[in-house]
Amino acid sequence: MKITFKLNGKTVQVEAPSDASLLWTLRERLELTGTKFGCGAALCGACTVHLDGIPTRACITPLSMVSRRSVTTIEGLSEDQSHPLQKAWVEAQVPQCGYCQSGQIMQAAALLENTKNPSREQIVAYMNGVICRCGTYTRIIKAIEMAAKER
Amino acid sequence: MKALSHTRQALSRRQFLTAAGGITFVITASSLVPRSLFGESPDQPVSGEDKSINAWVHISPDGKITIYNPAAEMGQGSMTALPVLVAEEMDADWSMVQIEYSPIEPSVYGAGGRRGGGRMMTVGSWAVSGYFDNLRHAGAQVRYVLLANAAEKWEVPVESLTTEPGVVVHEASGKRMTYGEIASFARIPDEIPEIPMEKMKSPDRFRLIGKVMPRYDIPAKTDGSAQFAMDVVLPDMVYGVIARAPVNGARPELLNEQDLRKMPGVVDVVLLEYGVGIVTESIETAFSAQNKIQINWTGSPKAEGHNSEADLETYPGLLDRREGRFNRIAENGDAEDGLNTAARTYTFDYRNDYVYHAQMEPLNAVVALSPDGQSADVWAGTQAPDGARSAAARALGLDRSRVNFHPCYLGGGFGRRSMSDYVEEAAILAKAVKKPLKLIWTREDDVQYGAFRPMSLQRMQAGVDQSGNLTAWKHQIVGTGGGLLASGAENPYYTIPNLRIEVLNVDHGVRTKHWRAVGHGPNKYAIEAFIDEIALGEGRDPYAFRRELMKNSPRALKVLDKVAKMSDWDARPREGRARGMAFAERSGSLAGGVCEISVDRESGQIRVHHFWVAIDGGTIVQPDNARAQTEGCIVMGLSSVLTERITFVDGKVQQSNFNDYEILRIADAPESIEVEFIPSTEDPAGLGEAGLPVVGGAVANAFRALTGKRLLHMPFTPDRVLEVLNG
Ligand code: FES
Ligand code: FES
Repeated sequence: MKITFKLNGKTVQVEAPSDASLLWTLRERLELTGTKFGCGAALCGACTVHLDGIPTRACITPLSMVSRRSVTTIEGLSEDQSHPLQKAWVEAQVPQCGYCQSGQIMQAAALLENTKNPSREQIVAYMNGVICRCGTYTRIIKAIEMAAKER
Repeated sequence: MKALSHTRQALSRRQFLTAAGGITFVITASSLVPRSLFGESPDQPVSGEDKSINAWVHISPDGKITIYNPAAEMGQGSMTALPVLVAEEMDADWSMVQIEYSPIEPSVYGAGGRRGGGRMMTVGSWAVSGYFDNLRHAGAQVRYVLLANAAEKWEVPVESLTTEPGVVVHEASGKRMTYGEIASFARIPDEIPEIPMEKMKSPDRFRLIGKVMPRYDIPAKTDGSAQFAMDVVLPDMVYGVIARAPVNGARPELLNEQDLRKMPGVVDVVLLEYGVGIVTESIETAFSAQNKIQINWTGSPKAEGHNSEADLETYPGLLDRREGRFNRIAENGDAEDGLNTAARTYTFDYRNDYVYHAQMEPLNAVVALSPDGQSADVWAGTQAPDGARSAAARALGLDRSRVNFHPCYLGGGFGRRSMSDYVEEAAILAKAVKKPLKLIWTREDDVQYGAFRPMSLQRMQAGVDQSGNLTAWKHQIVGTGGGLLASGAENPYYTIPNLRIEVLNVDHGVRTKHWRAVGHGPNKYAIEAFIDEIALGEGRDPYAFRRELMKNSPRALKVLDKVAKMSDWDARPREGRARGMAFAERSGSLAGGVCEISVDRESGQIRVHHFWVAIDGGTIVQPDNARAQTEGCIVMGLSSVLTERITFVDGKVQQSNFNDYEILRIADAPESIEVEFIPSTEDPAGLGEAGLPVVGGAVANAFRALTGKRLLHMPFTPDRVLEVLNG
């Protein structure tokens, strides 16, 4: 099938098998590998992207579902690591292995879009679907609070 | 060169290297120039004498310094910490430093002592400690060469020169020359002396070691550009998945090969000893084909009889009957006699289930055979690049020198990536189809064909004298996993006159493996929970009781006192909360931990509010990273202590993904984790695991203090907590 959608602000068209998922199309066909595969079952959040602005698990999103819609991935969050969250992530030295962090940042970005100054409780509730095995949680909270302040 | 003549240990071979655009120098063996510089294979045979060669640094005339990192980067920060050691002694300007992976050549880039040449494996938290001397010395040698060249150029004695970051300075004349300028004319002398220890920087002159500085790899981990092996995409690449034996050791008999081959997009079906591989054009097809594989599993593997819950309950009987071969790992005085003559004795059994690594990046590797089949490129995130390369070479039928190994970031390692099974598998499939191939383990594969931290039972026995002094100690460990069981069973920081520690290994035929701090998790839990038990039994404060046991260990005492102070141990926590303390050593680091918990008596959920950790890790090379590692240890430790368990029924792993193998999420992380390091100028110890072993004991002890009840089986799941509370 041929699917057209907006990816990080640009219209793209991909040819993919009918069972193609958004996650693997991004990663293997469009070579935007910042979006990660962690569980394939909407359990870990590593694959989080924005679909029309809503944080969405790409692993369980069929490619056909994004037709004519708008997808933002970590690569599209900013051109130059200048999103307040990316800056805060460096400032607070959040990532360890880094594998979960695209998902963490995309989930957090959606939070800050809707909630200017999230409380700690709001942060924790909103971020709970994204697992970090390395245990960077306390720094994630700190970085989100820093970014919210900067905005 | 006069200045260079006072050689003790000379380097054997070196050379000028002329690169396009100017002369650069590389302190290196003639044939061991890292590939990334000159496009050559790094794998020329190395003669014995090359061992002493410094192959760590490349300086370009424009002042850029490349330092080669020999360690895996799995989030623990070694790729920054190790180059910092080199940069410190060479007095490099850190802003000019770039870091590349070193070639996979253990004889040159292995860890260990001044000369290195040991293993190239990132395990056991010893990257920094293992490379500390070696890399500082390498940096000092580079500085020596730079100074010597400047001295010759200026015709001044080398002793009259000093360095500032990236610059050689002649104070008397005010002349300055940057390292880049020197590199443009530098000659590598025939003899580079060993730099004696006293000529190395004293800690008060450190500019980089011990300073808070950002990790090199972090920016790329905020925009998706950091490359994991999973992210390698090659032209015409195909995908591989494998259906592996659900019971370890079972043999597959494939029932529907023809149907599979007929599936659109299936490239090949490959039979393995323990599974069936499918190679497909798209990854989605790989997953759906994997689900369609029909296999009759044959053989009667040992693991088939393994039912973990029932088998764990056979362990006490094995101890009662002293059945099997006990391996004595420590003996002091006479433990039996000590127990027999004690005024009072204590005994408890502590249990723990298997745990799974759950590194966020499922196992994977990419292998591309050259068109002529005579060489191959391999991409993998691995803690053991040398082993992984050899495994791939064997599978491909190539000499290892024909395998170009591309180390990638690891999306977590924790011990699992010190095995090379996934790299070997990718090589087998790639060889079968003669196409570039990416092998992916699904999360289900990763869980079900995992290699787990062993299940075990710890029988603790102790005796005290009339005045409540601990005089006898017997610790017996039963479990499956051989040597993995023993780690952390000893605690040389507690003085106990009569002591015996024994391990009984029971082989259930399942796969076990190191898991962050390995046996330290279960062993320290048992030891520390038991220590509290004795202390309370003797009417003593657990902190005071430990202090007494540590009377001959000033270093340990300091750590314990520190954490007691940080957590305000003597203050009463607020209503509904309690604190627990634990102490542990791991990889040379000493850690004291205190946590504060509450318990939801309806649900059985333990909530850990705060964690305080004090660590003596010797010289802390990267303080903020060391802190991050400790925070990670507490969170991962809590995850294993509160929720994680793998169970086997008839040899089959019962869990499959994060729905039934839950790991700690942000809502369950402590509100605060405070970490402090004891100031020290001793050599660095390991910090990647040091915080983890205190978690089990601290939580169990807090629970005991809060409820008066004992948690005797890790993990402390809500079910178990309720059972204990209501029991
Ligand atoms: S990979 Fe999509 S939620 Fe885990
Ligand atoms: S940084 Fe490793 S999983 Fe989050």
